[in-house]
Amino acid sequence: MDFNLKKFLAEYSNVGPIFRKELRSYFNSAVAYVVIVVFLAIVGWFFTSNLFLMDVASLRTMFEVIPVVFLFIIPAITMRLLSEEKKSGTIELLTTKPVSDSEIVLGKFFAGWALVGLAMLPTLLYYITTGILGSIDNGPVIGGYFGLLLMAGVYVAIGLFASSLTDNQVVAFILGFVFVFILYMLDKVLFYVPEWMATTIEFLGIDYHLSNVARGVIDSRDVIYFFSMLGFMLLLSVGSLQRRKW
Amino acid sequence: MSITVRNLTKFYGQEKAVDDISFDVKTGEILGFLGPNGAGKTTTMKIITCYMPPSGGTVSVDDYDIAEHSLEVRKKIGYLPELNPLYLDMNVMEYLEYSAQLHGVPKAEIRPRLRDMVDVCGLTSVRHKDIGELSKGYRQRVGLAQAMIHDPDVLILDEPTSGLDPNQIVEIRNLIRKLGRAKTVILSTHILSEVQATCDRVIIINDGKIAANGTPDQLQTEFHGSEIITMELKANVENGMTDIFPKIKALAHVENVQYQNPSPGVHHLIVTAAKGQDIREEIFRQAVAEKWVLLEMHREATSLEEIFHKLTTVN
Repeated sequence: MDFNLKKFLAEYSNVGPIFRKELRSYFNSAVAYVVIVVFLAIVGWFFTSNLFLMDVASLRTMFEVIPVVFLFIIPAITMRLLSEEKKSGTIELLTTKPVSDSEIVLGKFFAGWALVGLAMLPTLLYYITTGILGSIDNGPVIGGYFGLLLMAGVYVAIGLFASSLTDNQVVAFILGFVFVFILYMLDKVLFYVPEWMATTIEFLGIDYHLSNVARGVIDSRDVIYFFSMLGFMLLLSVGSLQRRKW
Repeated sequence: MSITVRNLTKFYGQEKAVDDISFDVKTGEILGFLGPNGAGKTTTMKIITCYMPPSGGTVSVDDYDIAEHSLEVRKKIGYLPELNPLYLDMNVMEYLEYSAQLHGVPKAEIRPRLRDMVDVCGLTSVRHKDIGELSKGYRQRVGLAQAMIHDPDVLILDEPTSGLDPNQIVEIRNLIRKLGRAKTVILSTHILSEVQATCDRVIIINDGKIAANGTPDQLQTEFHGSEIITMELKANVENGMTDIFPKIKALAHVENVQYQNPSPGVHHLIVTAAKGQDIREEIFRQAVAEKWVLLEMHREATSLEEIFHKLTTVN
């Protein structure tokens, strides 16, 4: 089987325009600025209030706070991606153009993911500051950022799926929050589940993999977990978009 | 670019929205889709544009079947959906550029194409405004520009003039006429004068079925009712009711006469004659013979309104 890259790229040529349009509309509306400011304010507060208290040059507290902030900030980012198109009827314009449903989902997914990435970018300042104040172990930082980005990817994919289920942004937000919250809590409820299920549940929990990666050891099992979750949620979103054809 | 629709059927749950419809649209033809709300116009259009699949039957656009070659079909179609949905937070140029990109207009051609469409659709003065700030008339032009941006062979316009004021309606209609030259166009409407003004052919659709199909002229001949002639004449008679009325009534083929006497010496009559009988000549001869002065005589053509009403109301 020969893989033709040119053909593959041509098949997904509309991802680019959709991505740029969505990202621009984040910045045209207040969404992008509100998200970035709220994100930095919360993360910054936890970062500074602990840094001097603990007197350790580490970003650990920040890496522990960000997954919690993600829980509500990412569903807020993704809630309008598909639900608004459904509500305003523009989904009909979009899907009657020569654009595949996968292109729509991918373009919107990357736009949401990119916005999370942009919001995380200024936190590098905390890294630099901490590095000046004391010697910092780079392994966990690189692992932490890597893990957070993958986690954000999974959350954005989940949020996008939630947005594809409804034409109401508030419902999309709540569904998205519930889904990512369940995924986040899975490895924290092991105490309450039967023993034989515990390892499976733990493996499904996203925070378990994040903490693995955040130790600075990037294991292929964790990476595969993140990418398969992400891919699965994107497939679900494409499927949900095709419900109009039922 | 011709469109062939065969035995198209669509169910929404248990409800039949489109019931075994077949028709053709020839290249370059402007087809008017006429029918009351909920007749199945929009559903048919949504199926042709590949928004949703039919429950049964086939549609092909120039030999491309909508089910098998959906992307090919969508490339050839420009579509203005019902209610003209738009991204209100984008400005006109951004939006048209986005549409051009999604339609696969080559990069080098996008700029000149945008300039053309903005020019043709009269959007020059508002091209840097957000769509949300535009009036309904301008939004409709943006919707048309968007549908035309890739120079499609087929245009499908779902109620392109709904919600516009009379001036805007005339403008949009002219625009469609201008843009629709050399294109295959299907437009739906429930405004009858629109069909007469813009369309080569009319399909009247009611309750999911085709009730009539033909040119406006054909439909008028086919669904012709009795002849109605209104006339006004001047005559110095004592009493129109006894001196004029019976003489008209006595003419051949006359079925009914209504008489009015709006002012002294002026007599107004509405004459109904049998179907297909033109009795204007007889009336004229009678008037000459009686030395009446004909001020006005007018034969009413059966309007599309009447045909539409006849076909779409349940007895």
